[in-house]
Amino acid sequence: MKENSDTEVSELEMQNDFWVLRLYVAGKSPKALIALTNLKKICRDQLNDKFTIEVIDLLENPQLGADDQILALPTLVRKLPVPVRKIIGDLSNTERVLVGLDLLPQ
Amino acid sequence: MINETNKNLPKSPTGIEGFDEITLGGLPKGRPTLVCGAAGCGKTLFGLEFLVRGAKQFDEPGVFMSFEETKDELVANVSSLGFDLQNLIDNKKIALDHVHIERSEIQETGEYDLEGLFIRLGYAIDSIGAKRVVLDTIESLFSGLPNQLILRAELRRLFRWLKNKGVTAIITGERGDNTLTRQGLEEYVSDCVIFLDHRVTEQTSTRRLRVVKYRGTVHGTNEYPFLIDEDGFSVLPVTSLGLNHAVSNERVLSGIDGLDKMLEGKGYYRGSTVLVSGTAGVGKTSVAAHFAEAACKRGERVLYFCFEESPNQLMRNMLSIGIDLETWQQKGLLQFQATRPTFYGLEMHLAVTHKIVNNFKPDVVIFDPINSFATSEKENEVKTMLMRIVDFLKACQVTALFTSLTSNKSILETSEVGLSSLVDTHITLRDIELSGERNRVMYVLKSRGMANSNQVREFILTENGVELREAYIGPEGVLTGSARIAQEASENAVLLIHEKDIERKKRELERKRKVTETQIAALRAGYEAEESEGIVMIEIEKDKIKRLRKDKVDMAKSRKAEIETISINNLTNNGKDTQ
Repeated sequence: MKENSDTEVSELEMQNDFWVLRLYVAGKSPKALIALTNLKKICRDQLNDKFTIEVIDLLENPQLGADDQILALPTLVRKLPVPVRKIIGDLSNTERVLVGLDLLPQ
Repeated sequence: MINETNKNLPKSPTGIEGFDEITLGGLPKGRPTLVCGAAGCGKTLFGLEFLVRGAKQFDEPGVFMSFEETKDELVANVSSLGFDLQNLIDNKKIALDHVHIERSEIQETGEYDLEGLFIRLGYAIDSIGAKRVVLDTIESLFSGLPNQLILRAELRRLFRWLKNKGVTAIITGERGDNTLTRQGLEEYVSDCVIFLDHRVTEQTSTRRLRVVKYRGTVHGTNEYPFLIDEDGFSVLPVTSLGLNHAVSNERVLSGIDGLDKMLEGKGYYRGSTVLVSGTAGVGKTSVAAHFAEAACKRGERVLYFCFEESPNQLMRNMLSIGIDLETWQQKGLLQFQATRPTFYGLEMHLAVTHKIVNNFKPDVVIFDPINSFATSEKENEVKTMLMRIVDFLKACQVTALFTSLTSNKSILETSEVGLSSLVDTHITLRDIELSGERNRVMYVLKSRGMANSNQVREFILTENGVELREAYIGPEGVLTGSARIAQEASENAVLLIHEKDIERKKRELERKRKVTETQIAALRAGYEAEESEGIVMIEIEKDKIKRLRKDKVDMAKSRKAEIETISINNLTNNGKDTQ
């Protein structure tokens, strides 16, 4: 379940305004599907294709959960730009997602 | 008994010293247990030791999910307790997972659950085939996740899930204000709750453990002191010891001849408890040292706890009364354990005693003195502790000698009376102040199972040790010291007078006998003189009669009368008349 809009990204872009997002889910649960749909919508609306979304299914790769300290599912991790941000829940509250991604002032 | 309980409720032994004993087998197998207590009371260590011992001793791998400390911190922390955690992790006996949650990094948007935690835990369990799980401290989640409703629902699910997994779990929880845990975890974990406590009273801290509840099984309900030292956790279920120690009929000599004689000439019973109590400077330590030396001479091992003197000082002092302890120390038969009583709490002392006794395996243990533990408020605790020590030592068949300082005012101080019921042989040493000097006396207050002497004996400390003297009882009580010597002298004087008297009487009698004999002799002499005179007179009379008769016959002849008709009687009469 990898969906990369652009895998070849330059260092410069990564540092400035390229977004690397990772969505942790457990299987294809309703919550996971809702979260992914919400995420895609928000990203398309706000980030103008300057992003990658990596979906990690912990049921398939449970060992990956520890790396990003995942407890709650679904969790969206903003790997880039730094600092790392975590947003938990199905991302249905768009405003809070934007706050979480630092796209809106808190 | 443990096996019987195991049939009813399967238990998972922790391997923690003493804990399995009070829970009759360990934690409930396949169920979660809540371990709660204030910060620093040893919750994490309890959990870790449960896992480490499980992996090492019972071949049950375990997962440690830490919400507070990182892997490296944990490994470092427990290595000081002798656990090689890294090695166990490498051998897939233990899995460590550090769950870290930072509130500031987290934004909550809509529905979620804690499936991630479940997956991580499930993964860790499956990766090593874990039978044991520790969650330390899951309450941290409450500070990390804002939505309490979801969290509580998920926790409930988690514990159910753990049960379904069939793992024996320990969940630790911080103590709350009025509840066992701050977040009320006891609501979810209801099979077994263990409470750890770390109390500081009078500047000494004591750790205690209590099994608050344990469904479906009996368990010890007391607060048990426990100890964390270089060997990890040890709970001291000493109060659970019954009064069913094996007893020995063997006797051990006290090292003091006179005292042995007071105890049927055979000394103490092996494995009994001896209390030597007395006022300051009366020689309690000397009595104890004698016993230590005597035991060493028999080739027994002696453990000497000195709470007031350093071993060197003690050895120097004892040398002055001819007891050489240093030799035995060098031979390894005598071991000193010198600590100030205030160095650690009572339970710690108890635990240390346990440990050292188990390691050194002595035949004789001496505590000199025990009352330095006691400040008045803690008297009860001291007694409990001593009871535990006594029970423990009796169970090990160790002969114990305690010394106890009593106040000068009353010889039977209350604490001592309490103590007296614990001990088998109670020897009291006393100072007696009389005619300007203090002297020491000793008596056997009680001695179970022997016909002990009821005499009060004076004893003196000579350069050959303690020596007992004959006791003198005067009108003021026991006579000691110079009073005793005076008494001895006056008794000797009286004896002398009596002897003189007898001699005098003998002489008198002799004299009287001699007087009587002289008198008898004089009388006899007088009689003899009379007798010889009498005989002479009789002869003269006889001659007279003869002569008269002759005269009569002559006269009759001359008158030519008939001789036959003449009566002698008449003649006699006539003869007399004529005279």
